[in-house]
Amino acid sequence: MPNSKKALVFVKLKEGVLDPQGVTIQKALAQMGYDEFVGVRSGRFFELEVLGDAENIETRIDEVCSKLLANPVIEDYQVEPIK
Amino acid sequence: MKFGIVTFPGSNCDYDAYAAVKHVLGEDVDFLWHKSSDLAGSDIVILPGGFSYGDYLRSGAIARFSPIMQEVVAFANSGGLVVGICNGFQVATEVGLLPGALIRNAHLRFSCKQTLLRVENAETPFTCACTKGEILEIPIAHGDGNYYNFEGNIAELEANNQVAFRYVNAAGEVVPGANPNGSINNIAGIINREGNVLGMMPHPERAVESILGSADGLKVFESVRAHMANLQGVGQK
Repeated sequence: MPNSKKALVFVKLKEGVLDPQGVTIQKALAQMGYDEFVGVRSGRFFELEVLGDAENIETRIDEVCSKLLANPVIEDYQVEPIK
Repeated sequence: MKFGIVTFPGSNCDYDAYAAVKHVLGEDVDFLWHKSSDLAGSDIVILPGGFSYGDYLRSGAIARFSPIMQEVVAFANSGGLVVGICNGFQVATEVGLLPGALIRNAHLRFSCKQTLLRVENAETPFTCACTKGEILEIPIAHGDGNYYNFEGNIAELEANNQVAFRYVNAAGEVVPGANPNGSINNIAGIINREGNVLGMMPHPERAVESILGSADGLKVFESVRAHMANLQGVGQK
């Protein structure tokens, strides 16, 4: 796409919110003998392709993260610098 | 009085709710298509169970942006009665009509079975035909029914009597063994601060005739009717 840029968004449950999938993965690792992995937090990852000028992009990405990609009640998100 | 039942793509309890209202309760009811912006004169709106938008992203996350939801939110904000059942509860939390969130069941499995619910607050439009402490047998069917909220918010919910139903054992006790999904304080259903929006994971529309295993869910519908009749009575005086 002309003038498009990519942004990476990571969404995960906030600290303190139970992550049943993470707990289950951690238990599986321990069973496999990897018992030094004492904590696993799972999450989601999005690769966004965005049109527009750079300044505006960051605000717009922030908006879609807080409105849709993450539920601010239980999740935090992180945006990787745009390339 | 008229019920409106929202149909999202992926809703699958809309017909059950329709049948419960139309054929068992015997009241007027219409489906409300998710793309519509008209509540068709509904006195009460039901957000039914199912898997709206395939539960993609998070349960209820995409349905909340359906055109009809703007109308539902405006309706609720002006005091209209809204009931979110299962996926409807998830949609109601996502759109901010109810506090907290429904996360993955603690045991990660989809759980489909009868549960016992204790009526914690019988002074809501949705429970006024019940008595406080009464136990209702109503089934659940969900994978993301684990009610979560932060400690301070839970304390606020409890202090404001916003917990409508709690999972209990046959003796009516709130014990871990009766909790099917890991919900904090065995919470099965809550109301908003104003008391006009109910969200519950169990399915009252699936428990409206004894041939279905239980008719206890009918009490939720009967409560709404009693509440509305009472309102109209007051209006006429």
